[in-house]
Amino acid sequence: MSPEIRDKYQVVIGLEVHAQMLTKSKAYSSDVNEFGSKPNSNVSVVTVGHPGTLPKMNRKTIDFAIRLGLACESDIAEHQNFARKNYFYPDLPKGYQITQDLTPICTNGNVYIKDDEGNEKAIRLTRIHMEEDAGKSIHDVDVFDTLVDLNRAGVPLVEIVSEPDLRSSQEAYNYLTEVRKLVRYLEICDGNMEESSLRCDANISVMLKGAKEYGRRVEVKNMNSIRNVQKAIEFEINRHIEAVEKGEVIAQETRSYDALKNITISMRSKEAANDYRFFPEPDLQPLVIKQAQIDAIKAEMPALPRDLFLKYTTELKLSEYDAYNLTDSKELALYYEQIILHTSNYKAAANLMMGDIKSYLNHNGIGMIDFPISPKIIANLISIIDDGKISSTTASQKIFPALLDTPDKAPLKIAEEMNLIQDSNEDDLLQIIAEVIANNSAEAERYKNGEKQLTGFFMGQLMKASKGKIDPKTANIFMRKTLEEL
Amino acid sequence: MLRTYADVKKKLSTGDTLMSILEGYLSAIEANKDLNAFLEVFESSAKEKAALVDEKIKNGTAGRLAGMVIGIKDNLCYKGHVVSASSKILEGFESLFTGTALERLLEEDAIIIGRLNCDEFAMGSSNENSAFGPVLNPANKKMVPGGSSGGSAAAVAAGLCTAALGSDTGGSIRQPASFVGAYGLKPTYGRISRHGLIAYASSFDQIGTFTNNIEDSALLLEVMAGEDEYDSTVSTRPVADYNNVSEVKNQRIAIIKEGYEMEGNDPEVKLAMDKLISGLKEQGHTVDLVSFPYLDYMVPTYYVLTTAEASSNLSRFDGVHFGHRSEKANGVEETYKKSRSEGFGPEVQRRIMAGTFVLSHGYYDAYYTKGQRVRRVIQDKTIAIFKNYDAIVLPTTPTTAFELNAVSDPIAMYLQDIYTVHANLSGNPAISLPMGKHSNGLPFGIQVIGDFFKEKEMFNFSRQLEKIYVN
Repeated sequence: MSPEIRDKYQVVIGLEVHAQMLTKSKAYSSDVNEFGSKPNSNVSVVTVGHPGTLPKMNRKTIDFAIRLGLACESDIAEHQNFARKNYFYPDLPKGYQITQDLTPICTNGNVYIKDDEGNEKAIRLTRIHMEEDAGKSIHDVDVFDTLVDLNRAGVPLVEIVSEPDLRSSQEAYNYLTEVRKLVRYLEICDGNMEESSLRCDANISVMLKGAKEYGRRVEVKNMNSIRNVQKAIEFEINRHIEAVEKGEVIAQETRSYDALKNITISMRSKEAANDYRFFPEPDLQPLVIKQAQIDAIKAEMPALPRDLFLKYTTELKLSEYDAYNLTDSKELALYYEQIILHTSNYKAAANLMMGDIKSYLNHNGIGMIDFPISPKIIANLISIIDDGKISSTTASQKIFPALLDTPDKAPLKIAEEMNLIQDSNEDDLLQIIAEVIANNSAEAERYKNGEKQLTGFFMGQLMKASKGKIDPKTANIFMRKTLEEL
Repeated sequence: MLRTYADVKKKLSTGDTLMSILEGYLSAIEANKDLNAFLEVFESSAKEKAALVDEKIKNGTAGRLAGMVIGIKDNLCYKGHVVSASSKILEGFESLFTGTALERLLEEDAIIIGRLNCDEFAMGSSNENSAFGPVLNPANKKMVPGGSSGGSAAAVAAGLCTAALGSDTGGSIRQPASFVGAYGLKPTYGRISRHGLIAYASSFDQIGTFTNNIEDSALLLEVMAGEDEYDSTVSTRPVADYNNVSEVKNQRIAIIKEGYEMEGNDPEVKLAMDKLISGLKEQGHTVDLVSFPYLDYMVPTYYVLTTAEASSNLSRFDGVHFGHRSEKANGVEETYKKSRSEGFGPEVQRRIMAGTFVLSHGYYDAYYTKGQRVRRVIQDKTIAIFKNYDAIVLPTTPTTAFELNAVSDPIAMYLQDIYTVHANLSGNPAISLPMGKHSNGLPFGIQVIGDFFKEKEMFNFSRQLEKIYVN
């Protein structure tokens, strides 16, 4: 599609995100909430919906939903009801899902993302409500039958519904990334889209720029990664624009994303949609949330990525790039926070985090939590670099690997033992440079005649002669100066 | 015949074993098989328990209900026992757990003797909707025992057990109690945990008792009532000592004028009410006719709201995870349709369809929302009555029991509940007292509605009321 045609249209996207809560037990029963258990093992009479059973609200779910609401600047409802959403499906044993309809726990709110121009943009939330997950229907294991696993049935969910504020697939990508980061920071959901503990449905439409009314909306489901959400949206945008260009009307329907073919396929039309017959759940008391409860949760809120980002870019004067990367995961940010308790060289700490530490983690496929060196030792390492005792190259190439073997040893001690304390005396340095040049007079002559690329050769000789104990940066400056003066 | 717990205790005190008492009840059940009150007798578990309790009695460690032999309506879950709600859809279904009310009875050493016939899923007023045949009224076997807890009513009236549990959603305990001449108690909504009660309409359902005196009702309530971790709608209020008898004086009694004057009342029922009113006045109470112009709205409101809840509550009976699954079905949709069509009887199907309709898009506000509003009005106006009055007295039913197969029009059948649904709509406690004896030989009940959670006061007032001769 030509960019000119594409540019005629305004894309409008709203996302519905389901996040499974990391509670120990299920939303309305004491059954274990655990991914990966043997099928139908986390199941009691309540989960199977046996006659005579009643739901019992898991208070933790409420706390988690409030936590999320506070993080998103939402209004927390004082009075709320639960509702039943009625439909028949084999993985829904009661024949209804307990959810919230007219009185969601959170209304309004914002999630802040980067828009396509790189500016901060608030994506408004319509609501966040609590509900229970259904079980899983497995169609591809048995040749003849659909198998049902009810371990997931009754697992608490929050559904986060955004306003149609997103304007591109990239914004949708950024939004989902932020939401996932947020639930992980809040420790209410593991954010794992592959295990579907975080799921996303996208509502997509296009309209001519400047148009007053939104185009026909299509809902897309079954995208199991943030990247696939972006791809599915991209596919839909093109499909919609092509159709509108041809004068066709987009059918209002629900579509499913096929990741292998990178296309979306029609699931069902809106006309065939279920009438869910929502009504207040008579088995649960209306919920009243007191301000004291909200205050208590507020008091225990962890630092949020956006707050840390602001702190890093303003107070610590880090680049946005650094700040973004440091706040990418809570573990990384918390570690960084610990380092900067012991050093004020924030930039050096950030460089170490994003450099040696992150590549060590990536290389070994481990998380921050399994990193052996304490933040205090890392701060120590930074301070001996700052003191000129070792070069940052030495720190990275020699001390850091040594620390991984003996994480409790003071970096200075390691440097001493390995005889790496650098010579900062200028006279000594100049003397070694003079010796190196004298020992390589032929090359010195060629340099004088214009072979400037020999600087590298001299630096190598210099480092060899000094046994690596000199700061290469300083040495380079002096070496060039001496060579120029030949 | 051992009609009350006092009768049983007297027998025990003269040296009889509980086992022999149980045997007596078992032979009575056998002798009255034609009543079709029991769907199943739990002979082995009952005998096991009797032996155990006999031992405890000997050791002086027996619980408060040692000797009480109780039948349960077939919608109460008892671990390892079949519970079918008198429906083909649950035929042979064994419960994996025991509900709270029953658990508490067992802990106090009551014996559960069997499960009692009822209208399918507690939907009905004559027990004619049971998938396992109607129950006969022991007072006259041509007559229905009322419903939905018809088996429970018949069993207690015929002396087949000391007491029985039922459930009351719109009168399902009080109306049959009235028809057979037993005491039928529906406690305040939320007084007894509903955990283990197969739901019909969750915001109306309440477990209650059939007994042959007030003492036994009060005792059973005391044991079953109170907080329960499995039911979040149950009240956390402390449970009173319901048998702490005290004479009540100068009560202010409201007689619902519209009910008192209703044309459909049997003249003898009306006459009993008149005698009652003068009796109460003689006892020194104040009696006022109080207008409550909502009588015509009671039954429609009740049916809109209960069928709505039922349509959802009964969705779980779909042939997938438990209960009847059609042999003729291919694929999931057919499994739903055929299993449910084969498994549910006509009245249950009618109510599911009605409830699905009133909740459906485009009709919700006209029916469900309006029904809820009317319910709220009835609740508010009832609360207002209890600001000025201690109890409401009215007939339990406008007439005595009718003949089997006599009422075929569902709407006429629904009007059976005209006096009883009030307490379910508002949530108040109510009891039907077997005070009336009609010239046709059939009993009928007088109903007392008490203030919220004031069962103790309601019992004490009922004790006084009973002293009045109304026939």
